[in-house]
Amino acid sequence: MSNEIKLTKLADCAGCSAKVGAGLLAKLLKDIKVVEDPNLIVGFDKSDDASVYKINEEIAIVQTVDFFPPIVDDPFLYGAIAATNAISDIYAMGAKPKTALNVMCIPQDLPQEVVHNILRGGYEKAYEAGVIISGGHTIISEEPKYGLAVTGFVNPNKILKNCSSKDGDVIILTKPLGIGIITTASKVDLVEQNVLEKIYKQMATLNKISYEIMLKYDVHSCTDVTGFSLLGHSLEMAQGSNLTMHIDSKKVLFHKEAYDLAKMGLIPAGAYRNREYAEKHCKFSPNIDIPTTDILFDPETSGGLLISVSEKDSKKLFDELNSNMDGVSIIGYMSNKKDSFIEVE
Amino acid sequence: MIDARGFSCPQPVFMLMESMKSGDTYYEIMVDNHAAKENVSRFATSKDFNVEVEDKGNEYLIKVKK
Repeated sequence: MSNEIKLTKLADCAGCSAKVGAGLLAKLLKDIKVVEDPNLIVGFDKSDDASVYKINEEIAIVQTVDFFPPIVDDPFLYGAIAATNAISDIYAMGAKPKTALNVMCIPQDLPQEVVHNILRGGYEKAYEAGVIISGGHTIISEEPKYGLAVTGFVNPNKILKNCSSKDGDVIILTKPLGIGIITTASKVDLVEQNVLEKIYKQMATLNKISYEIMLKYDVHSCTDVTGFSLLGHSLEMAQGSNLTMHIDSKKVLFHKEAYDLAKMGLIPAGAYRNREYAEKHCKFSPNIDIPTTDILFDPETSGGLLISVSEKDSKKLFDELNSNMDGVSIIGYMSNKKDSFIEVE
Repeated sequence: MIDARGFSCPQPVFMLMESMKSGDTYYEIMVDNHAAKENVSRFATSKDFNVEVEDKGNEYLIKVKK
């Protein structure tokens, strides 16, 4: 029965493309009164991946929530991708994910078997990550949505913020780009099955190994590339560190199918929101064509880690990542602040 | 005219794509959001059509011509 339901047809936006743009989000949160607490090391004012609250000198709790409408039709896979994506924010802080709560919205008439399989996909990924799902909340809603609120732990002195890069750092990206464009095109059946299988596998791959490897090296900043796109998340890193990130677009790995689909205008609305927000801080060299910039602004779902590592450790980190997974690339470096926060060649 | 108002991407592009199977040299499509305007324009350009966009406040009339 579950095969008859096309989950993505019930969704207006696919995956992280549904995310409210960074510009609007800042407006929505403006002037809201918040309790000050010195133990809140990372709060929403920092636009980081998760919030961090220090319990004592040894332990801080790291919290995040992430959920979105179906990005694939297979309920199990949808659950697995949503969980992978939610847990990723904890890894991006350099923290170990430990417990989670399900967040779920389901249409009244969605068959029980479908709902069960979404949850099963989520539990399986949580299990793989060593995360215990201890409860959750489900409401009736026209559009299905699923994700997790995840809690992790970290030594407060070892947090990997997204705003503490240093001049001369090398920037590494651990998963190829183009997910938003390809999943948008797949909504009107313009993507080959083998390409879809490739990106489904990527989206359901935890950033666990990248996280475990990166902890061994002199990493200064980390974030994960999701709805705000490579350039949106890079901007947060560069702006927060008051440096300029230089990106070599030829070195950025992306799924080559995304390029042709972008040329055909199969670009998610989220990519235009990302462009509107981040473009003014980006300087593109004139030889870069529009479809390439579309990919750099593409909202990724369950994307890779964006790691800012000291130059001396960069080669070793890259080599170890590269020998454990496909799709890792050194995309650029940080320098002192130039006219723009991002320079793309 | 193709009325793609109320549709989010990729539907407007897909609607034009389907219409183009008729092999005509002129199409008009109405959309109501920025992403659809950009995407429809790019699609038509990629198929070697000339594109003209009329901004009608909250809507855009896109004329594509060979």
